[in-house]
Parts: sequence; structure tokens; C-alpha cells
Amino acid sequence: MRITELFDNGEFVVTAEVGPPKGIDASHVVEEAKEYLSGITAVNVTDNQSSVMRMGSLPACVMLKNAGLTPILQLTCRDRNRIALQSELLGAAALGIENILCLTGDHTKMGDHPGAKPVFDLDSVSLLHTVCQLEKGVDLAGNALVGEAPKFAKGAVVSPCSDSVDAQLAKMERKVMAGAEYFQTQAVFDSEKFISFMEKAKQFGKPVQLGVIIPKSAGMAKFMNNNVAGVHVPQWMIDELAADKEKAKAGITGVELAAKVIKECRPYCQGLHIMALGWEAKVPELLKLAGI
Amino acid sequence: MLITELKNKETILSLLEGKVFVIVCHGCREIHFPEHEADALLAELVAGGNVTGSITTDYICNVDNLKLRLQRHAAAIDSADTLLVLSCGVGVQTVAGLYPAKRVIAGCDTYALPGFQGVTPLEYDCRQCGECYLNLTGGICPITACSKSLVNGQCGGAKNGMCEVDPNMECGWERIQRRLAQIGRLDVLKCPVQVRNYATDDDVK
Ligand code: SF4
Ligand code: SF4
Repeated sequence: MRITELFDNGEFVVTAEVGPPKGIDASHVVEEAKEYLSGITAVNVTDNQSSVMRMGSLPACVMLKNAGLTPILQLTCRDRNRIALQSELLGAAALGIENILCLTGDHTKMGDHPGAKPVFDLDSVSLLHTVCQLEKGVDLAGNALVGEAPKFAKGAVVSPCSDSVDAQLAKMERKVMAGAEYFQTQAVFDSEKFISFMEKAKQFGKPVQLGVIIPKSAGMAKFMNNNVAGVHVPQWMIDELAADKEKAKAGITGVELAAKVIKECRPYCQGLHIMALGWEAKVPELLKLAGI
Repeated sequence: MLITELKNKETILSLLEGKVFVIVCHGCREIHFPEHEADALLAELVAGGNVTGSITTDYICNVDNLKLRLQRHAAAIDSADTLLVLSCGVGVQTVAGLYPAKRVIAGCDTYALPGFQGVTPLEYDCRQCGECYLNLTGGICPITACSKSLVNGQCGGAKNGMCEVDPNMECGWERIQRRLAQIGRLDVLKCPVQVRNYATDDDVK
């Protein structure tokens, strides 16, 4: 199932993301997803997130699919040139993957192999354009594909709370031009910022899923403020997380805060994307509290 | 060695707006510059009647040298809407840096050949990508000013306007966005999807 069909039906689409293991045994990822994420629409599988080497996104997507979930293949331009990316897309379609999310990817210097060659032959925009070409039955160089062309729901990301919001909106528009059909956002903690972003982003006419992280502690919130691009946790949330350490540790505070953001933003967006960061087990509770 | 080639004439003409001042740089010894083609283009533009003035010189990459040479053309430059620069990528960036409020157009593409790459001042850098993007980026080179050499806009990694790779370096696309807003040319961000052609790029061997 392509998630764009659900957006078209006016459904509020909920996705969450999981990361493949740094190893060959992905059973716990699949088990956790089955247990806690079966109720939602689809599950993103990250592609060597933060440039940290792990099992690839595609094999983990196939494992989730075999377990009855709908995977979204994340594809970055960091490690592969246009030949490898197109090849991966054909393979994904052949294996029944119907949803993708196209990203530029973090620089290799940010990860656990800082000496690796950063590729960036394509970027998120030209990758989306490439996917559209494949869907037309030709590759990026204009050569015809043999047989049936692939068809994907093509997603992209945007960072509503970035301090470069104009550059982000300009990039979003380029992604739409290049063929993006839906957007997932970087984590939002400040509803007002998200709502004013959506005022400008709605002109592009594409569904946007609010990105949410369940904050685990005041320390984590401060770390994100200092180190994660496009993320800003307001001071009052940090204070709340710091006020009752036990409550925060148990996840109760984080789930309450995330649910509040979801409730405030829900009228302005078309779905929700949860980055659980190991707290997959709290997703059902979060959805319940947020009234979804 | 560098080779600088004129972009095709239709492309250049489509980029010129209003009155034009033309800066031609025959470059340094390491550059092969298409002098005759540049002269012919200049003559044609002058005949067209939209040229407020022109200068044919060398080493415009040196900003002090450039200022000195342009001094007696101040009035002609003032009255021009567009500065057309026929030079390598560094020359165009130097002119764009000197005239932040003017529309500066790169009329050439710069390729690399093996060997000495010329004397490049520290402020600006050109990696001779073979398909100069400066007309889409307000005269700021996306290949050297962005850590990922992105040609379709900012990645999601900029924090406080700084690059994700180097917190001491301003994000190149932040600068490009600001520059385009300043010269009233945000519309170029709606240009077609750019896909780099590495077949012309000596950087990847
Ligand atoms: S875009 Fe940059 S690297 Fe390419 S020719 Fe122009 S100045 Fe040089
Ligand atoms: S943060 Fe800016 S300069 Fe750095 S890689 Fe991203 S777009 Fe390029």
C-alpha cells in the first residue's frame, strides 16, 4: 500500500521510525515493531542514520514487510552515486517496497567512519527527480527500463523549526517541483513555530506529517538544543523534565509533552511521524493520550 | 591549467537584464581564455546598445587590483543593472563580492586540466566544476561554499546558520539565500532540478 493513497482519502497518517541493527540479527527490531507499531500506518527504516554504519534499510524493510508491516525505505545520497541509488530503487520495487523517503543525508564526518568518502552525487531534490524518471520507464541518463516501471509514494523531509526557515521553505518548494508527494518533518517541540511554518508551507499543497520525539530527560533536551539541527526544545519543557526526574525517566513527562504538541498541531497537519529513539514501547500510550 | 569557455550565447543573453557593464578577464598564465569569442560577444552586445561600458583586463581575482582597475568606470558600473563577467569562477565571485547589490552574471564555465591551478586568493574558491552555477546562486559558489557541494539548496543540517560539518563555517546555502533575497532574485530558486555532470569535472578522476 502506498501511503499517498491514504493522504488522498483524507486520513491522518501515522508513521514511526526504526533503525536497523549494527549487526546481522534484526529480530528484536522486527519484534518491537510488530508489538508496538502494528497499529500505525507505516514504519520508516533509517539509512545508516547519522552516518553511523548499520545494516541497510532495504533488507530491514523486507523483514518488516514479511512480518506484516508497511515499511518506508529511507534513502540518502551520502554513500551511493546515481548508479547505485537507481539500482537500489529497482531492487526495492522488485521486493515489493512501495514507500520511500528521499534525503540528502548527513555528512560522513558526522558519523562513526569520519574518514569515509562523502558521495552526494545526487541530493534529495535530484534523487526525487530520478525516481520520477524511473517511474516514467527511463533512467536518469534517459535509457529505457525493461518491462514494468516502478511506482512509489515519494516522501521528503523538511525542518519547520530550523533557524534557516526561508532556505528550508525554498528547498521544500524545489522538492515539490521534483516530485515529492508527502513530507515528514524534523522533530517539533514548539507548536507555534510549526503552525506559522505551516501557514507558509500549505501553499505547496502537499501533506505534511508532524515530526515528534518523546523527550527522555532535561539532559537529552539540552543536548538536542546544542547539537541537533532544526530542533529547539523550549525552556519550559526542559524545566518540566527536570522537575520530577523519576517521572521523566519513566517516560510519563515526555509522553505528556509530546501529546500536547500533537494536539496543538493536529489541525494544521495531515499526519504524524514519531521518532521513538528506542522508546517504541511508548508509542501506543502516546497515541492514546494525544487522542489518535 | 584551467580552461574557461563561454557559455552558449542564448544562455548568456537570457541572463542579461537592463543595462549591462561587461568585465572581461584574460586571466593569469595558467588559464586558457577564449579571447576572440569574448571579443566577438562584447562587440555584439555593444552594437545592441545596452552596454554602459566594458573593461578588458587581467587578475580580477585580486580584489585590490580589481578595485583599482574599475575606478574610472564607476559611473558606467553605477548605471548598469547587470555586470556580465567573462572570467573563471574565482573572478566572478570576486566581482559579486565587491558589488553585493548588483546582479552579477557568470558568462563562462571553468574546467580543470592537470597541472598548476593558478593563483587563487583566499577569499574565493573555484573547483572548476565545468558547469558554473554562479548565475543560480547569486555569485556564491555552491561547490566550494557548501560542505556537500549541494546544487539544489540547503540540507537539513544547518544550525544557527552554520554548517553541520564545521560549526565555524557559515552555511553556504544560508549565504546564497540571503544574497538572492538582497538582489531580489529569489526566483532563480525555482529553476529546473540541477544534476551535476561529473564527466566535465576533473575533481573526480
Ligand atoms: S560553480 Fe564554483 S566550482 Fe563551478 S565553475 Fe563556478 S565558481 Fe567554479
Ligand atoms: S549545512 Fe549548509 S553548507 Fe553545510 S552541507 Fe548543509 S547546505 Fe551545505
